[in-house]
Amino acid sequence: MFGGWIGNVLRINLSKMTYAFEPLNYEWAKLYLGGRGLGSKYFMEEVDPTVDPFSEDNKLILAPGPLTGTYGAANGRYMMITKSPLTGTIACSNSGGYFPAELKYAGIDLVIIEGKAAHPVYVTIYNNQVAIKDASKIWGKTSDEAEDYLHSTFHRDAKIASIGPAGEKQVLFAAIMNDKHRAAGRSGVGAVMGSKNLKAIAVRGTLGVKVADRVKFREAATDAFRAIKESPVTSAGLPAYGTAVLVNVINQNGLLPTRNFQADVFEDAEKISGETLASTLLVRNKACMSCMIGCARVTKLVDPRYKAQTGEGPEYETIFALGSDCGVSDLSAITKANYLCNEYGMDPISAGATVACAMEMFEKGIIPQADIGMPLKFGDADAMVKMIELAGKKEGFGEKLALGSYRLASLYGHPEFSMTVKKQEFPAYDGRVAQGMALEYATSNRGACHVRGYMISPEIMGVPEKLDPYTTENKAFWTKTFQDVTAVVDSVGMCLFTTFAININHITNLFTAATGLNYTQNDMMKAGERIYNIERLFNLKAGIDPSQDTLPKRLLEEPVKEGPAKGMVAKLSELLPEYYKERGWGSDGVPTQEKLKELNIA
Amino acid sequence: MSKRIRIEPSKCIGCKTCELACSFKHHGMFAPSLSRIYNEVFLEEASFVTVTCQQCDDPWCARACPSGAIVKHPDTGVVEVIEEKCVGCRTCVSACPFGMIKYVEYKQKADKCNLCGGDYPECVAFCPTGCLTFEEEDAPLRTKILNYVNVVKEGRLEV
Repeated sequence: MFGGWIGNVLRINLSKMTYAFEPLNYEWAKLYLGGRGLGSKYFMEEVDPTVDPFSEDNKLILAPGPLTGTYGAANGRYMMITKSPLTGTIACSNSGGYFPAELKYAGIDLVIIEGKAAHPVYVTIYNNQVAIKDASKIWGKTSDEAEDYLHSTFHRDAKIASIGPAGEKQVLFAAIMNDKHRAAGRSGVGAVMGSKNLKAIAVRGTLGVKVADRVKFREAATDAFRAIKESPVTSAGLPAYGTAVLVNVINQNGLLPTRNFQADVFEDAEKISGETLASTLLVRNKACMSCMIGCARVTKLVDPRYKAQTGEGPEYETIFALGSDCGVSDLSAITKANYLCNEYGMDPISAGATVACAMEMFEKGIIPQADIGMPLKFGDADAMVKMIELAGKKEGFGEKLALGSYRLASLYGHPEFSMTVKKQEFPAYDGRVAQGMALEYATSNRGACHVRGYMISPEIMGVPEKLDPYTTENKAFWTKTFQDVTAVVDSVGMCLFTTFAININHITNLFTAATGLNYTQNDMMKAGERIYNIERLFNLKAGIDPSQDTLPKRLLEEPVKEGPAKGMVAKLSELLPEYYKERGWGSDGVPTQEKLKELNIA
Repeated sequence: MSKRIRIEPSKCIGCKTCELACSFKHHGMFAPSLSRIYNEVFLEEASFVTVTCQQCDDPWCARACPSGAIVKHPDTGVVEVIEEKCVGCRTCVSACPFGMIKYVEYKQKADKCNLCGGDYPECVAFCPTGCLTFEEEDAPLRTKILNYVNVVKEGRLEV
């Protein structure tokens, strides 16, 4: 018998309003680990890749990993897997908090949600007791309000994942919120939940997670704990300043995207930095389940323009999207817009970047003021906040913003102003200045994304070793390695931030002690590669052909205008062939039969 | 004087590692519902409160126990359930005003913190922030006194 995994899959069919428990497929679990990998395997086996993301044939899989719910090392995480309405690719969005571990304590490894409810519903889970209930009382409410309602009507100690009004209205970058402030943010997973008329999932679990070898597991956890406490990034930088510790660092290195990637040095970076946040709005830091880092920012907004409020955020990517990318240097406004994203349930990266795209098109005279209803210039904090609110409500110009920047820019005949890959907006690093990051953006299985292979770590931060960000040398190898390791981290249920301090060795030790499988580091890396390849296969079958492994013209052809990286462009044409080769794919970017056989996929 | 788990709430980040370490050590699995220490998270206020048995000098659980299954060790001060003697009547659960002793279904016994036998408690060993310490002197209390003393020293009236 294995530990880590519980052995149960909960399948809920919203069309039929039924549910059933079934045994976990251990053969797949051994190959795909759990979380992102195992969820994707189930998804691929059960869903036609060409499915319309909003049809009842699309599914939504909630996938904690085998380590989720243990004290391994920041193991509070799960993945939401579905087909993305934003990108058309397989989407897996990660979140922490307390909800993912509670699923394990209820005795569940995966929840598969199928079909579409005839009217708004929510699901409650108390160990093996499941109910699908009418949600008319909370439909239209924010995630916060939905959680309060479920805490009072279902269980005080329940942990809840829900969508806000943006998910209900199928804003294409809607998030699934949990524990009020945590988000499975990217790729519009919330819109899929909304399309299924599913408002919330509340879970209470009183069971436990067992591991195969208790002594070894404690040892492995202690090792990981020590490493995380010894790294300055995870023991000092992130707890004190959160991810926003990066604002100044990235700006100084000349890759903080500013005004829709028209510049890479933001003159007001200091005003929106993690250090400024810590000395002004920050109340304290906060952790997810079993996390020793505690990067979350609890903030208090006291500003005459807004309702006085305590909330969470902003973190680094949010500060970029709602801040520098919109030319906004007003930290209170950024925080307010972040709170709005949380309440309406939206990904602040795509939301902010879409507003930035609209700002550029307004300034260039492409979007008339009449369409927006007000001027929308870079640097206008109040206009930025207003746009976020309209997008969340899908009202007025918000209806267009809700489509994301690619569809918005295309509506006006200028897709080149959309800073996206596969229709998903870039996070907070300009790929022109970090060639590995550019490659990762172009090849990530869910479109532009920083958490599928965080090449900023070696290229800028020098972890695990410093690489020259400007060169293409060896970047294919590094990017592939980072992508595969990340797939492992996402699949076991661990937080990616631990990897600033721990390595595949720690993860392997935790995984083997938990499951009792005698895996080597190489086995784990192979699993990561396998997971990356099945995601790629899904996307190819979904019609996302390799010609979409590209970047916007701006990154490929317009050199960086100023700063330390002046003159740089993304050298994708050098990187991509090398990457396909490194992956063992054909020069057409398609995994070869040989590769698939080697990975036990074909 | 004997050692106790001292709790400094301002250092808590709400990670619940204490609950995990406790349940793993004493029940062989990660199950916060079985933990003997409670890390309560108040999301709205972003505050975290950790509580556990304070090993009372005159423990009501022990007084209430009809089978003499709860004893206070004279040397360490630990209040412990002797499982062989426990009949699972749950009188102690009713008696403790703090809710720090509970009935555990799978072993049909009362269950409470025993400071891991008076050795180094597992929750303290795994606490990542130093919110939990195990010491004779109540350091968090001493910190609070010093803060107050400094206020008085500087002549500030508000605490």
